[in-house]
Amino acid sequence: MEYAIEMLNIRKEFPGIVANDNITIQLKKGEIHALLGENGAGKSTLMNVLFGLYQPEKGEIRVKDKTVNITNPNIANDLGIGMVHQHFMLVEPFTVTQNIVLGKEPTNKFAMIDIAKARKEIQALSDRYGLMVDPDSKISDISVGMQQRVEILKTLYRGAEVLIFDEPTAVLTPQEISELMDIMQSLVQEGKSIILITHKLKEIMEVCDRCTVIRKGQGIGTVNVSDTNVTELASLMVGREVNFKTEKSEAKPGDNVLSIDNLFVKDTRKVELVKGLNLDVHAGEIVGIAGVDGNGQSELIEAITGLAKTSSGSIKVNNKEISNLSPRKITESGIGHIPQDRHKYGLVLDYSIGENIVLQTYYKKPYSKAKVLNYNEIFRKAKDVINEYDVRTPSAYTKARALSGGNQQKAIIGREVDRSPDLLIAAQPTRGLDVGAIEFIHKKLIEERDKGKAILLVSFELDEIMNVSDRIAVMFDGKVVANVKPEETTEQELGLLMAGSQVKAGENSHDHE
Amino acid sequence: MTTNNKMFGILVPVISVLLGLIVGAIIMLSSGHNPIKGYVALWNGAFGDMYTLGETVRRTTPLILTGLAVAFAFKTGLFNIGAEGQVIVGWLAAVWIGLVVDAPMIIHLPLAIFTGALAGGLWGFLPGLLKAKLGVHEVIVTIMMNYIALYTTNEIIRSVLTDQKTTSEAISATASLASAWLQSLTFYSRVHYGIFIALFAAFIMWFIIQRTTYGYELKAVGFNQHASNYSGMNVSKNITLSMVLAGVFAGLAGAMEGLGTYGSISVMSGFTNLGFDGIAVALLGSNHAFGVVLAALLFGALKEGAGEMPTSAGVPTELVDIIIALIIFFVASSYMIRWAILRFKKEEN
Ligand SMILES: Nc1ncnc2c1ncn2[C@@H]1O[C@H](COP(=O)(O)OP(=O)(O)O)[C@@H](O)[C@H]1O
Ligand SMILES: [Mg+2]
Repeated sequence: MEYAIEMLNIRKEFPGIVANDNITIQLKKGEIHALLGENGAGKSTLMNVLFGLYQPEKGEIRVKDKTVNITNPNIANDLGIGMVHQHFMLVEPFTVTQNIVLGKEPTNKFAMIDIAKARKEIQALSDRYGLMVDPDSKISDISVGMQQRVEILKTLYRGAEVLIFDEPTAVLTPQEISELMDIMQSLVQEGKSIILITHKLKEIMEVCDRCTVIRKGQGIGTVNVSDTNVTELASLMVGREVNFKTEKSEAKPGDNVLSIDNLFVKDTRKVELVKGLNLDVHAGEIVGIAGVDGNGQSELIEAITGLAKTSSGSIKVNNKEISNLSPRKITESGIGHIPQDRHKYGLVLDYSIGENIVLQTYYKKPYSKAKVLNYNEIFRKAKDVINEYDVRTPSAYTKARALSGGNQQKAIIGREVDRSPDLLIAAQPTRGLDVGAIEFIHKKLIEERDKGKAILLVSFELDEIMNVSDRIAVMFDGKVVANVKPEETTEQELGLLMAGSQVKAGENSHDHE
Repeated sequence: MTTNNKMFGILVPVISVLLGLIVGAIIMLSSGHNPIKGYVALWNGAFGDMYTLGETVRRTTPLILTGLAVAFAFKTGLFNIGAEGQVIVGWLAAVWIGLVVDAPMIIHLPLAIFTGALAGGLWGFLPGLLKAKLGVHEVIVTIMMNYIALYTTNEIIRSVLTDQKTTSEAISATASLASAWLQSLTFYSRVHYGIFIALFAAFIMWFIIQRTTYGYELKAVGFNQHASNYSGMNVSKNITLSMVLAGVFAGLAGAMEGLGTYGSISVMSGFTNLGFDGIAVALLGSNHAFGVVLAALLFGALKEGAGEMPTSAGVPTELVDIIIALIIFFVASSYMIRWAILRFKKEEN
């Protein structure tokens, strides 16, 4: 019995799209097997087929050498398959124990739920795999990382032998990621087998034994991780050579496009988070804001874009004061904004992609005339953007909700860049995306810079800041504490500056107090 | 996915209606009545002759408008429980103009209708504004506005329109929606021109929601206020506007009653229920203009036809209320029906 699970020649279609086309994946007992592919490649779909949420059109699933027909998740559970979903399925006001037993409540001889017994079992499981979960905490009180462990415990409690993790690290902090890697290793040491869905190549190199690659719904093949490297995996995944180092020429900064002077902003709880910030961004340059989350970056962006009011100070775009104008006026004065939270701000998920493409321009010609919408023009524009920005969607009429995160992001970027704003604000534009999409987005930002636009990039990824920016403004405690050039600094120095250290803040710093 | 949703949007109400009728039949059977006779009586009561047909249309007219009032607000994510009060003030305002203004029909009638709509719009404006500016929940405010409308209107009828009487004078003929040819066509039923106004209103709602930038904004705000704000829409304005337009539809329903069916206004001992029925109509009509028209017709027919059931089949009229309640129950539990449909489809392949 070499394989715990085999999925052979699986095909799964959705209306207008083949999500899985002849994909084969064979999971050995006791291995961590990576399932690698770009956003929208069909990874989640394949695993949902295994978990009984979708029925395949073609193909065979074998569990322990026996052909099985998994028509619903209960059957998958009975076969020892457990899934840790991308979006957790937990009841917030319930405790960890209550959540885990939900649907499989243990009873005592009076047919009453025996929560004490369950609690003990869960504690034992948690100890055994080093999960450190407190069975009595409420879900609403524990961190995202802990909630994920509750999901892991849920599958173990149901007797899972094979665990599927769907992009588990997307929501975790670096510390939590390394703890999760340890947990996965202890799981396989105890005889479990794991399928890890990811597009993060570093993670694969770190913990996985083998890796199956899929691309645009096609199975590309399976490789031993010890025989490969990051570059090869990346090119297998996207189907071409991937540049990890962003190619760009020297910036030629022109006039001042954005100039912020002594800005103060309070957040919704009236706490001052931007405290006397100064910042300039010129035409033809990318300024990257580096900083630890929570040092006023979000409030700064909200103030520039009109989503939050400023307390004092000035924000000028092309020498015109824009602070506290309405978002529409600010948009019309030449600002584009790729928001940090694409589901909350960037898209109306229940609108089609086409309707989302005109979110800031629907009231203008040619998209409407005398308040009447012209859907022909709207969808014509949408199709252009979809083609130019490589948004993979069945059609322009598909709801935004149905697209994968990377394609949603490409649609937003397409919309914002297409309006050709003088100042483009990109907040965490590549969060959660795969290398192919990241490369694409970086290229687009640099293209805009080369057209003479000003770009303000906010990111928590130092890699990205170092790679893409022409100048780095380090933000700490509501102020820009240093301006440095990426080629004249190191990640170590940036790290120190971001932590508020005053050591050699650099001669470039201009507003040190 | 979209096609699936559309399919469910049509299938769920249709199946709900069928299930409601089937369970209604079972109830008739188990209480010793003949369901076939009962339903024949219901049909005859609603469509049996031109008179009942006219009365069915007459009942349908305000239901279309209150259904639109609820559906419209719902598109912006608002629950307009206040259609009831908006109907009452619309009724009062229309009749008032019908009584006191002296003008040729071409001015008088449109003015009366317009004032009714305006009054309803005003009644929607207040809860809309409170919701938009202060976040006060529209359900609470509209419920209270219903009572304010009811009691204030009664007092105005007693002390202003009449001298402590319970019914106002009849409106002048120049403000009446009554239609001689529609009446002669239907053996002098009370059907009036209002049905054309209601159908036109349904078309207007469809047009606003589906074809205009207003509708685009209203729906966007209903789906996601944050993204709407981000994209430069004025969220408060849209919430207020949505409640105002919803109120306009309901106010028109009141005007139809005042200028068409009754030609007057009387002190009300309780709510007209037109607004509350509008909630059911909107729900059954999937909040879609065309669906609302069909649902209103169904409810109008059921309510009109009910009158025939005791006389020719011995079935009590309350049975129709039970059927309506069952239909609403099945629509509301559409999750069950969706599940059953999916199950059924799976078995097919
Ligand atoms: N329920 C669905 N209906 C229609 N299309 C879907 C559905 N789920 C996924 N898709 C489409 O199938 C493709 C693969 O999606 P998915 O498996 O989620 O990708 P991944 O997990 O690799 O990012 C995408 O193009 C996506 O839009
Ligand atoms: Mg996925």
